[in-house]
Amino acid sequence: MGPELKTILLVEDMDADARLLRRAFEKAAVHSTLVAVPNGDEAIAYLLGEGAYQDRTLYPRPGLMILDIKLPRRDGFEVLDWMRRQRPAFRRLPIIVLATSCAPHDVDRAYELGANSYLCKPQQPREWLHLAEAFNDYWIQANQDPDPIRGES
Amino acid sequence: MVEDDPADARLVQRAFQKVNHGLKLLRLKDGDEAVSYLAGDPPFDNRLLYPMPEMVLLDIKLPRRSGLEVLEWLRRRTGPLRRLPVVMLTSSRHSVDVNRAYELGANSYLAKPDTASGLEELARSFQQYWTRFNQPPSL
Repeated sequence: MGPELKTILLVEDMDADARLLRRAFEKAAVHSTLVAVPNGDEAIAYLLGEGAYQDRTLYPRPGLMILDIKLPRRDGFEVLDWMRRQRPAFRRLPIIVLATSCAPHDVDRAYELGANSYLCKPQQPREWLHLAEAFNDYWIQANQDPDPIRGES
Repeated sequence: MVEDDPADARLVQRAFQKVNHGLKLLRLKDGDEAVSYLAGDPPFDNRLLYPMPEMVLLDIKLPRRSGLEVLEWLRRRTGPLRRLPVVMLTSSRHSVDVNRAYELGANSYLAKPDTASGLEELARSFQQYWTRFNQPPSL
């Protein structure tokens, strides 16, 4: 149903969490490529194709974004706000928040800023696999993606 | 669930019941009814009988107000309603519809499968993801 999704942009400053997610995605046989950037500024540079990210064969346009909230430089809320309000070109890219905090005010704020879904980072390594499987079944297999973003406007 | 076609509504109900993660599906027939329900216009102001949903499954082609109009209305609310997760469930796979739905703030977009087994598969991954993993907003 949605086998077009080739690249997922992961915005995550914690190497350990990025590793856990990558491993879980491999075990769950997620066929999309996970490209990771460590902070909000890099995420925006990647989306705009600036600097090193100009090369779209190395850094393809993502079909989906997984976004942490607590990030150095621009945080996840600022990235959401930038994509949904300041740059209409990125308004339709699905954004799934993956955060340590599941406090209601963070969850509510993320939805208000236009997050498509909000996930809490699992506590146990095994739960990462379950999360990756459910993510794969839903976002990669079942969900219909919007058309990829062509450059920025 | 906002779905005007009774046969489609029955198929979706059946698929969701079969998978059953304790999710209760309540059906409305058109866009105007969906807006009245969510706004709590009488008789829907009785929230014991007509509880606020935690999620909306929204068809696009609906009589009166279309699914996209309902979505637009929801996202323009000033209260907690604007956070209500909306998943489009429609027979259209046209990219104009898909793109527009995301631009208006749909959380996800699902195309109705052609077979009962496909629908069951979809109901399973839907319920697994949204009830077990997703953190809902407060409403």
